[in-house]
Amino acid sequence: MKSKVTTREEIIASFKDGQIIAIGGQTGRSMPERLIDCILESGVRHLTVYSIDTSDPGVGIGRLISAGVIDRLITTHVGTNPDTNEQIQAGKIQVEFSPIGSFIERIRCGGMGLGGVLTKTGLGTVVEEGKQVIEANGERYLLETALRADIAITRARRADPIGNLAFRGSTGRASHPVIATCGDLSIVECDHFCDLGEITPDEVEVPGMFVDMILA
Amino acid sequence: MDNRHLIAKRAARYFKSGDVVNLGIGIPSLCGNYAQPGVLFQTENGFIGVGPTATGLMVNEGYYNAGGVPYLPAYGGCGFDVAMSFGIIRSGRMAATVLGALQVSEKGDIANWATPGRAFGMGGAMDLCNGAQKVIVAMEHCTKDGRPKIVKKCDLPLTGLHCVDHIVTELCVIDVTDEGLVLRELAPGHTVEEVRTKTEAELLVAEDLKEMCL
Repeated sequence: MKSKVTTREEIIASFKDGQIIAIGGQTGRSMPERLIDCILESGVRHLTVYSIDTSDPGVGIGRLISAGVIDRLITTHVGTNPDTNEQIQAGKIQVEFSPIGSFIERIRCGGMGLGGVLTKTGLGTVVEEGKQVIEANGERYLLETALRADIAITRARRADPIGNLAFRGSTGRASHPVIATCGDLSIVECDHFCDLGEITPDEVEVPGMFVDMILA
Repeated sequence: MDNRHLIAKRAARYFKSGDVVNLGIGIPSLCGNYAQPGVLFQTENGFIGVGPTATGLMVNEGYYNAGGVPYLPAYGGCGFDVAMSFGIIRSGRMAATVLGALQVSEKGDIANWATPGRAFGMGGAMDLCNGAQKVIVAMEHCTKDGRPKIVKKCDLPLTGLHCVDHIVTELCVIDVTDEGLVLRELAPGHTVEEVRTKTEAELLVAEDLKEMCL
């Protein structure tokens, strides 16, 4: 079996202009900073990004915002990063806000072969606009449709050569295990690269089959 | 005690031992200092059992709450991803959430995620309004320039419809009921007249109006 550990050069070459990139993490902590370096080094532009937030200026996704490489954003909250709001107001970034619970379910659907989910979250608010309202079991729900990305980038606490992943804490987990499933290409960076078997079967949270490349 | 802590202390009295509670950022995040023992706190990025603020060597990048504050995990705590976190919230397992607000209406509608010219996003607030058993708004009674935040109808984009149960401010405690807003408690040194002047919505006064329980 071949190891999924990949060189930085090969990872950098995977990024292309106009791609949809889903990025794991929340609150600007435990972000895939080394993979964000790779995006910046690749020089790609006009990206669509799916992420829970846009971190703080100078951190995580905040660095992609400052570099001006994002055209479109599907996110839940940008309050921690004034640069994002500035670019939204200036018309440089087109934004769609999704409640976190709906955002992450849309991502999960993308990764799990589903077309969408029904949720009551957002009924009676602007989130309902342009979406189908469906009655099921006698209750009204919003249809939230699946999101899939060209590339998903995440960070794990531990990874082994076949891409089995283990996480830690809340910021250390956050959206990473779900985002890792939603891309045609799933790239993960890990804090600790482990031998096969070192992450025991019961500790694996994301099975290696969801991961294509590892930045060790 | 400053106003922000007074509001947080009163709001925390709604929690009882065994409850799992989610706190919003700002004033709500201070409630953790005043909750009785046995209340468990959830952070929406994926943990139940958020303990005291971590300092020095105990700070760990994997353990930050949704407000960006590092914490110590409590014994019995558990970590999970955001999909699980919001499954817990939507499915009604959260005993209460405490949220800040820009406006609350007399029907219990809440607006807290966008102002004209600045949409910062709803984050987890819409899911919390949809799923939490009890929605408590903890906020200053008026805006910084003195305009009422408790209004007849919200004119800012809504976070949730008919979902607020209690409003706690530095002046008073108000319950949202089918009959309308009911003034239940007054903070020491404040009067019904003062609250009415600073509130746009109609206010009913509880027969057993009390001094704020702190």
